[in-house]
Amino acid sequence: MNRKYSVIGKSHIRVDGYAKVTGQAKYTFDMVLPNMLYGKILRSPHPHARILNIDTSRAERKIGVKAVVTGKDTLGRKNGAWRRFPELCDEEILCREKVRYIGDPVAAVAAIDEEIAEEALDLIEVEYEILPAVFDPLEAMKEGAPKIHDHAERNINVTRRIEWGDVSEAFKDCDYVIEDQFHTSSQAHLCMETHCAVAHFGYDGKLTVWTSTQSNYYIQVLLADMLGLREGDVRVIKPPTGGGFGSKFELDSAQFCAALLSQKLRQPVKIVLTREEEFIATKRKTPMYYYVKVGAKKDGTLLAKEVRVVTEGGAYTAMGATALYLTGFYSSLPYRWPNYRYDGYRVYTNTAPTSALRGFGAPQAYFAGESMIDMLAEAMKMDPLDLRRKNAITPNYEVPGQAYIQSCGLKECYDAIEKHIKERGKLPPNRGIGIGNYGFMSGGIFNWFNTPYAFSAAMVKINIDGKVDLFTGACDTGQGSDTTLAMICAEELGVHLEDIRVHAEDTDLGPADLGSWGSRETLMNGNAVKMAAADAKRQLLEFACAKMKPNVVYDLDIKDHKIYMVDRPERYVSYFEIVQEAIRAKEGQTIIGRGHYTPHRKGMVSPAFGFGVQAVEVEVDPETGKVKLIEIVTAHDCGQVINSVAVIGQVEGATMLAAGGGFCEDQPIDNGKILNPSIGDYKVLRSLDMPKTVGIEVDTYEPEGPFGAKEAGEGLTSPTAGAMANAVYRAVGVRIKDLPITPEKVLRALKEKEKLKEKK
Amino acid sequence: MRKELRLIVNGQPYELYVKPKSLLVEVLRNELGLTGTKRGCESSSCGICTVILNGMAVKSCSILALQADGAEITTVEGLAKGGKLHPLQKAFLDYGAYQCGFCTPGMLASAKAFLDENPRPTEIEIREAINGNICRCTGYNSIVRAIKAVADGEYKEEK
Repeated sequence: MNRKYSVIGKSHIRVDGYAKVTGQAKYTFDMVLPNMLYGKILRSPHPHARILNIDTSRAERKIGVKAVVTGKDTLGRKNGAWRRFPELCDEEILCREKVRYIGDPVAAVAAIDEEIAEEALDLIEVEYEILPAVFDPLEAMKEGAPKIHDHAERNINVTRRIEWGDVSEAFKDCDYVIEDQFHTSSQAHLCMETHCAVAHFGYDGKLTVWTSTQSNYYIQVLLADMLGLREGDVRVIKPPTGGGFGSKFELDSAQFCAALLSQKLRQPVKIVLTREEEFIATKRKTPMYYYVKVGAKKDGTLLAKEVRVVTEGGAYTAMGATALYLTGFYSSLPYRWPNYRYDGYRVYTNTAPTSALRGFGAPQAYFAGESMIDMLAEAMKMDPLDLRRKNAITPNYEVPGQAYIQSCGLKECYDAIEKHIKERGKLPPNRGIGIGNYGFMSGGIFNWFNTPYAFSAAMVKINIDGKVDLFTGACDTGQGSDTTLAMICAEELGVHLEDIRVHAEDTDLGPADLGSWGSRETLMNGNAVKMAAADAKRQLLEFACAKMKPNVVYDLDIKDHKIYMVDRPERYVSYFEIVQEAIRAKEGQTIIGRGHYTPHRKGMVSPAFGFGVQAVEVEVDPETGKVKLIEIVTAHDCGQVINSVAVIGQVEGATMLAAGGGFCEDQPIDNGKILNPSIGDYKVLRSLDMPKTVGIEVDTYEPEGPFGAKEAGEGLTSPTAGAMANAVYRAVGVRIKDLPITPEKVLRALKEKEKLKEKK
Repeated sequence: MRKELRLIVNGQPYELYVKPKSLLVEVLRNELGLTGTKRGCESSSCGICTVILNGMAVKSCSILALQADGAEITTVEGLAKGGKLHPLQKAFLDYGAYQCGFCTPGMLASAKAFLDENPRPTEIEIREAINGNICRCTGYNSIVRAIKAVADGEYKEEK
């Protein structure tokens, strides 16, 4: 497509780059305030117990300890991100009557240093009555299982059904029907900056919290609610944030306990979670049991899919309810299923709560779904890529009752991946290439926080020297949204990236905005920013028009600091000159543009979807079962690219996280205890494990997105585990249906395969 | 009971009195205010706190400050000289070799110590050099490209 842009579509150094490569970026982790205290949190050692008594007197008497708080010091409110459904707000954070997982907070201490606070935790005596506990969701659903929350019968937290067509009838018309079961493992977000907060409650009754977060607005609203404050009296400031990946948009124990202690003491309190706390007591990826049944006609037309899912919810709802919905929706993508039925159950267990992790239920859906497509293709003796291509979503498709999809570059993605596979030719023994594909939202339309619809807002202020202040509620946690939004602003306004200052850090300054999750930023915040910039531009153009006095109907626009007549670009005035004159003429009033975005009448899920196809090449060592990643090639459609270097970073980063979940990252649990809560024991991909990655961007234009852009980053975690499972099958003929694909599982499967062969 | 400690950090000599059990990372961050160096774990396994100590990349959480007595230390704050960025910093910027930035100071320290010793490395040697540094955002490949670009002479040190 012939689109001429001056700022977007190229690589730009990020607006936060210089601070980050010089060590000057100051994170919450680095903050020190005068007279600041340090907090530590006492956590339950039991997976399920009643709190009979907490004696804090010895801790309080310790020299250097300033305060100890327990559930009795709270208003007794329950917190949750699904605020429009009170029964799903189920987390007290400081437990009053019961603890529900190992790591559930029961008390917090503020002291003059971390060491004293830590020592004081040992002086708090908690008397527990240990209750029977349940850890597996399938067990927890049974009659007579220990009840974790009074309101939840059989521990069922949320159920979801998505249905269209007539699945039962359609299976009768299928020539091929297969069914199978899968299980996906847990995964830790492992943000390099652990959850942390500095809270300062002043004598004026106002609370300021600096914290590492994906949504300062969420934290503002949730903290105000939990502490009984007016929202406007809670100011949340987000310094540079050391990673989020879905773990930092709910109110966490560091934020709440620091704020509560500060409210009591009127002194700043800082709490930084240890790495161990980060593993055992922050949210984690949702493990899921998947049952899938698919059917097709002889000619390769996919006719019906039935999916039943039970997710391990852990002790609280968190954003896991959203993951339950989304995994059900994504199980239908990216194919045109005429008949589809999903039943999902989220079940409470006495384990650490599960929630969103980069992909929000999609990686689980595509692991099961893409494995099944390969299995079906084999049963039908069809090429798995052809089966996918034949049934893939095409542009302007409606997912019945769910979503309207406008741009979709899947066809181009299949072509690119097919070409790659052909070029690889015949592979050596024990090597295989597997494919997986995906579709992923560009921000959710659904919103369970405080309005039925999601919303984004932005403000653009033009100063007298032409410098532009951009206010947004999007939170850059590393993905680069500050830069992406600054580029969108600069492009629309006709100025340079260097002219833009981004203010995304402060709820006192920025607009209310749901923040950064579900791949909202580029499309939703981007649209709001583009509209705000256009609004400011319109005001400038009014002055320019008066000055330039075009005598024919020439439109004016701005590019590269020149305000010009669109059809006579040689006639222009300087942007800086007009800005100065306009602001002087307005007697000093700054020029302010406002923008917002809410996707009305765009279905239930998202106004636009990113798509992609990935080929994963593996080599399996049949002696050890070890899977080595050789190369990962991803063809993906993110609409118009905004910042090229950032998109490459998203492709590679998502691939690493997803490949980690595919073959090494796991959180085994024994009697409610996570067995590997340290970086030494929790295996992640390191630089030597990371294979060659190739990203191919196919060119599409998304009418709903700013300059045609849509998501590029979270969706890319979707196809990898399924593609890896398919690759392992192609390499050595064993199918692993239980993540992660560890050497033990591969070896066991290879031995079973040998045994079967011998029997024959 | 505090003990005397002499260090040269980023070319600046310091005389300090520190607790015997203070870790080097704690002294750098808390006593000298060099908060560029981060901490990411309690088990010396993430590499985020890496600094250059007498030319070697060292995890500053895994040694006591007193063990570094008399040493020359470079942290991320000491990479740029005279207002000019170090070639590695420029390459990291251009290649997008950082995202959240929390691992970047340690990654730069590992990279610099490595290139000082092995200025013409292969790709696999670069990967080995940063294998102790976890990055959760980038997937490492952009970091490897940035280090390779410096090794290949794409960036010159500005005087």
